[in-house]
Amino acid sequence: MSVDRRAFLGAAGLCALAVTGTRSLEALAGTGRPETAPQGRRVPRWGMVVDLRRCLQADGCTDCIAACERAHNVPRLPSRAHEVKWIWREPYERAFAQRGSGYADEALRGKLVPVLCNHCDNPPCVRVCPVKATWKREDGIVMMDWHRCIGCRYCMAACPYGARSFNWLDPRPRVKEVNPDFPTRTRGVVEKCNFCEERLAQGRGPACVEACRERALAFGDLRDPGSQVREQLRSRHAMRRKPELGTEPSVYYRA
Amino acid sequence: MPDRAFGGGGRYWAWLGVLATLIVAGALAYQRQLALGLGITGLSRDVTWGLYIAQFTFLVGVAASAVVVVLPYYLHDYRVFGRITILGECLAVSAVAMCLLFVFVDMGQPARALNVLLYPTPSSIMFWDMLVLAGYLGLNAVIARATLAAEHRGVPPPRWLGPVIVLSIPWAVSIHTVTAFLYSGLPGRHLWLTALLAPRFLASAFASGPALLILLAMLLRRLTGFDVGREALQKLGLIVAYTMTVNVFFVLVELFTVFYSQAPEAIDHFEFLFLGLEGQAGLVPWMWASVILAVLSLGLLLTPRLRRDMRLLAAACAMVFASLWMDKGLGLIVGGFVPSPLGEVTGYVPTLPEVAIALAIWAVGSLLASVLFKVVVAVRGEPGGPDSHSRSVRAPVEA
Ligand code: SF4
Ligand code: SF4
Repeated sequence: MSVDRRAFLGAAGLCALAVTGTRSLEALAGTGRPETAPQGRRVPRWGMVVDLRRCLQADGCTDCIAACERAHNVPRLPSRAHEVKWIWREPYERAFAQRGSGYADEALRGKLVPVLCNHCDNPPCVRVCPVKATWKREDGIVMMDWHRCIGCRYCMAACPYGARSFNWLDPRPRVKEVNPDFPTRTRGVVEKCNFCEERLAQGRGPACVEACRERALAFGDLRDPGSQVREQLRSRHAMRRKPELGTEPSVYYRA
Repeated sequence: MPDRAFGGGGRYWAWLGVLATLIVAGALAYQRQLALGLGITGLSRDVTWGLYIAQFTFLVGVAASAVVVVLPYYLHDYRVFGRITILGECLAVSAVAMCLLFVFVDMGQPARALNVLLYPTPSSIMFWDMLVLAGYLGLNAVIARATLAAEHRGVPPPRWLGPVIVLSIPWAVSIHTVTAFLYSGLPGRHLWLTALLAPRFLASAFASGPALLILLAMLLRRLTGFDVGREALQKLGLIVAYTMTVNVFFVLVELFTVFYSQAPEAIDHFEFLFLGLEGQAGLVPWMWASVILAVLSLGLLLTPRLRRDMRLLAAACAMVFASLWMDKGLGLIVGGFVPSPLGEVTGYVPTLPEVAIALAIWAVGSLLASVLFKVVVAVRGEPGGPDSHSRSVRAPVEA
C-alpha cells in the first residue's frame, strides 16, 4: 500500500518529498518494514485459525475460555462494565461488524464465535501507547508490560476490536484459583490475550487451543507454507476481522 | 491598595474559601479513587474515557484561544487588546494547568506518570501532546510574568520576549491540533476518524475561549473596576461571532458527509448522540441543548444591533461557552465510544466522586486564574489610579 502511494506521489512530481515524507510518517506511525531476522534465523509468525464450522458444532462450549482464564489468572467481575476478557464469545454479527450482510450468512447469524486479540501485524494499540508498555515482538505477538503501563487506556481507544480490558477494580480477589506460575495484575492497568507466550517459550501450544475438544482452534507459524495453519487457510475461504482498517490481524476465521 | 483590587477583600477571600472547599472535597474523592481504582467512576470497558478526558479536551481549547488576543496585539500592534491580552495569557496558564490535572486523575497508575518521560515514544500522539502542553504552559507563564514585571517597573518588556511571543502563536494552534490528532488518528472510531476534527477543534476553541474571556473581563470590571475597554470586548465579540459561525459550519459539513453517504459506522455515533440508540438516550437532551444554545447565540452574535448591547453580548457568550462545553466537554468524547467497535451500546453517566474530582480541578483552575487576575489588576493600578495606558506594554514585535 505504501509502495503504491509512493509511486503515485512520485508521478505527481513529488517523488523525493514523498519518499522522505512516507518514511518519516512510517517512523511516526511505528510501522517500519518487518524486521529481518539476524543471521538467517527463521523467526516464526504466530497466528491462529478458528474453524467456525467446527466451533459451532459444539454450540455453548466454553472450554477455551475456561482454560485461558485458569492459565492467566483472569479475574471474573460481576458487572459488564468492569469485565476483563482475554478470549470470549461474541455474536457473529458483532465480531465481524457485518451490518447489511443481508441474507448471506443466515446460518451464522446470532451464533457465538470466539474472539481475542488479533495480534495485529500493524497494531494501532502499540502505535499509541505513550510508554511502550505494549509492543510487538519479532514473532508477531503483541505484548503487554503490566509494570510499565500507566493506565491511560489510549490503547483501548485505539484497538478496533475491543480486545483490551482495563482493571477498573482490584482483580486479585476476583481470581477464582490463582495459578502461581503466572502473574496476577494490579488495578489500573490494561491487559489482554498474550497468545500464551509463556507456554510457547516451553514449546507448548496455547491453552485455549489445547483445551478445544472440537479442535476448532489451530495455532502455528503463518510464515511457514507447510504449517497446519497455512494448510487450513489454503483449503477453505477464511476471513479476518475488519480487514479494511489495515491492522492485518493474525487471527483468521474459516467460514 | 491590593486588598481592594478585587472589590473588597472579604468577597475575594470568601470566593477563595468556596474554591478551597471544592478542592478539599475533590481531594477526598480522589483518595477514594486511588484506593479503589477507576471503578468508582462511571467509565466502563466500552466507554473508557469520559468526563476527565473530555474536560481536558475542552480546556486545551480554552488555553489555545489566548492566541486570539495575543496575535492581534503583539503581531499587529492592535492596542485595543492591550489590557485583555494579559488576561488571556493568565487564562491560558490556568487552563493548561487544569488540562494536565485532568489527564493525571484519569490515569490508572498515577505513580508511574514519569514513565512518559522515561520511555519517550514518538509514535504516540499522547507523547507529543504532553510535550506541546508543557511547552505552552511554560511559554505563557514566561510571557505573562515578564510583561507584568516590566509593567510593574514601568519599563518596556525585554527584547528577548519578542521571539517568545511569536513562538507562542503557532504553539497555541499546535496544542489543539495535536489534541485533535489524539482522536482523529484512531482506526475504527468513526466519529473521530475525520480530517475535519482538528479544524473543528480550533474553531470551537476560538469561540469558547474568547467567550469566556469576555465574561471574565466583564466580571472583573464589576468587581474591581478594572476595565479592558468596551471596544476590546466588542471586537472580541465579533471574533466569537465569526469563529462560532465557522464552527457550526464545520459541524454541518460533517453531518452532510455522514448522513448523505449513509455509511453506517459514523451515522451510529450521531444517532446515539442526537436520537439515542438501543434505548440509551442519556445524552440526547444534553446534545440538543447544546444545539439550541449554539443557534440562539449565533442569532445574537450575528445581529450587530444585538451584539453591541453589552448585556446581550454577555448572554451570547454564556451560551457559546455552555454549548461548546456540552459538546466537547462530554458529547464528543463519549459519543466516540458508543457504539463500541463491537457494536455494543453502553451508556455513561459520571458518578458523584467523578464529578467531585472534576469540580475540584475546575476550582484549582479558578483559584489560579483568580490569583493571577488579582496580580494583574494590582500591577495595572486600582481604578482611578495611574492608568495602565500611560505605561502600557509596548509591543515588542513590530507589525
Ligand atoms: S487486536 Fe487490538 S489489542 Fe490486539 S494487537 Fe490488534 S489492535 Fe492491538
Ligand atoms: S493503558 Fe497502558 S498499555 Fe495502554 S496505552 Fe496506556 S500505558 Fe500503554
